[in-house]
Amino acid sequence: MTKQNSDAHATSSMAVATDESLATTPELAVASRRIGRRRLIVRRFLRNRLALVGSCGILVLVLVAIIGPFFLPWAYDAVDSRAFLAPPSASHWLGTTQVGRDVLAMTVHGMSRSLIIGFLVAIMQTAISCAMGATAAYFGKWTERTIMWVIDLFQIIPSFLVIAVLMKGHSNPSNSWILMALLLAAWGWMMTARVVRSLTLSLKQREYILAARYMGLSPVKIIIRHILPNISSLLIVDLTLGVGYAILAETGLSFLGFGIMAPDTSLGTIISEGSRLASSYPWIFATPAIILVFLVMCVNAIGDGLRDALDPNSQSGGRA
Amino acid sequence: MVRYVLKRVVNYVVMLFLAVTGAFFLAASSLNARSVYAVRNPPLDPDVLNNMLYRWNLNDNTPLLERYWVWLKGVFLHWDWGYSPEGVWINDAISTKMWVSLRLLLIGTLAGILVGVLVGAWTATRQYKVSDRVFTGLALLIVCTPSFVLGIATQIVAININRLTGVSIFEFVGESGQHGSFPGAIFLDRLQHLLLPSLVLMAMGAAQLSRIQRNLMLDSLGEDYVRTARAKGLPKSKAVMRHALRTALIPTGTYVAFSVVGMVTGATYTEKVFSFPGMGAYFVDSVSRMNVHGVVAFTAFAGVSVVVGAILSDIAVALLDPRVRLG
Repeated sequence: MTKQNSDAHATSSMAVATDESLATTPELAVASRRIGRRRLIVRRFLRNRLALVGSCGILVLVLVAIIGPFFLPWAYDAVDSRAFLAPPSASHWLGTTQVGRDVLAMTVHGMSRSLIIGFLVAIMQTAISCAMGATAAYFGKWTERTIMWVIDLFQIIPSFLVIAVLMKGHSNPSNSWILMALLLAAWGWMMTARVVRSLTLSLKQREYILAARYMGLSPVKIIIRHILPNISSLLIVDLTLGVGYAILAETGLSFLGFGIMAPDTSLGTIISEGSRLASSYPWIFATPAIILVFLVMCVNAIGDGLRDALDPNSQSGGRA
Repeated sequence: MVRYVLKRVVNYVVMLFLAVTGAFFLAASSLNARSVYAVRNPPLDPDVLNNMLYRWNLNDNTPLLERYWVWLKGVFLHWDWGYSPEGVWINDAISTKMWVSLRLLLIGTLAGILVGVLVGAWTATRQYKVSDRVFTGLALLIVCTPSFVLGIATQIVAININRLTGVSIFEFVGESGQHGSFPGAIFLDRLQHLLLPSLVLMAMGAAQLSRIQRNLMLDSLGEDYVRTARAKGLPKSKAVMRHALRTALIPTGTYVAFSVVGMVTGATYTEKVFSFPGMGAYFVDSVSRMNVHGVVAFTAFAGVSVVVGAILSDIAVALLDPRVRLG
């Protein structure tokens, strides 16, 4: 019997139970209307004002990143040779850089780069940490010991060090952002893998896992069908927060000059360009910095909201 | 407890060795010292260049394993960390930088832990009051701000304060600068230069930790034993400090071990932004200039910092948690 079948069975029997209670005590049933788990989570999430603001913020930023370039008067790599370091004006709404590039267009492009890298890295690293953490806990013994060793080893070296060296050695302007995303994911999965492992360890003892095992289900199927869905709330929260971390790491490395390479633009490269002139020409620094902080704050607000909504013991969402 | 700590130390030392070895292979295979001389005009005689690179153990024609063996012997037998592609001895280059970074890291981390724990615990006792909202909001803002943005923003504020008052209260370029001739002027000057970078590093650590500590504290404040302590007549401050905070500190101890890596990363950005001549800034320059041995030396420095932090946090956890001490 697959999980879907058993789920359907469970729901139908529950529905029968509620129907009976409806029949016997109608006034009680009206007072406590049944809410599905999904509805409950959505409700608790929507009640969190900060998370709601964050979701709207991300939505706006994504829309701007997608359709913005079509409406802007300048392309991000276009050079206006009549305006070097020009302050905000009618033709350049947020001013220009030292070589005459439009700050607004660059910021929009950099933001879309950061968003793509952020989501890509978060998805990849969550997948890696699931595979590693669940495998370690499920198989135990030397598999577990080896994986834990790798995790410890990866955690002892600052990841930005490894990525900076590899980017310097192997990147070129055409592939820099893809390589960057791959490297960030390859060195960002350890913390989540630890948590996945400890959760899997306790899930492994449950009866339904044992049952699945005795039915002859392969370990990979057990992990994918029965273990991962049960820790999905952690994974969703972690994926969201991972977007924020990835964006911070990407912009940081780009700031140091080891990330996105010119002519491609990231928020980090614009901030790096603006930082040298921050006191006299603040507009180059200010806009991308504010957008970056706002972007990461939105992502974190969503993550916090999701955590509160998904955690059954959470008190933060009020009752229900 | 001594045995427990010793076992951890041995484990860390083995890991440190593997990490530095990994860094060597990574750096030596990714960074090519020869390319530093490729742009030189007039070009260097290939034989001369080969000899030079061979002498510094940076020649890419030598097999990687052989280079590693030479480097390993140098480190273990003579405490010789190798040469940069320009022929500068790494030991000379980092001997002062190391202490500069260590001072920054130590002050930033310790102050960050102290402020973070106190703010986290305090805001937890005042949940949903105005002070709690203000501090949690501030912490969220700092957590979401990358260290380099925080550093530059601090500089802009400092410049404006200096301009308004007409006195250079804040110094933010380098580690030391011009100073008067009164007694203690040198010390004051260094302190001035250290202030802003440490402040940035502290703020980062404290913001991160205060969020964690607040959640832990909220959990432990609701525990039965805290209510029992209050019920037997302990004043609130004592019940909170002795019973709630102590248990809430145990997970923090473990967290601090992992946070040192973050601090080293943060210190690198801070040093770069404030032109502080420390190890982090040296690492960034090393990567740009294909300085393989410089990168490896920084890895060792970062690794040792992380390991020392981890050992200290292991000891702290053992002291706080009787289950670890006795088990």
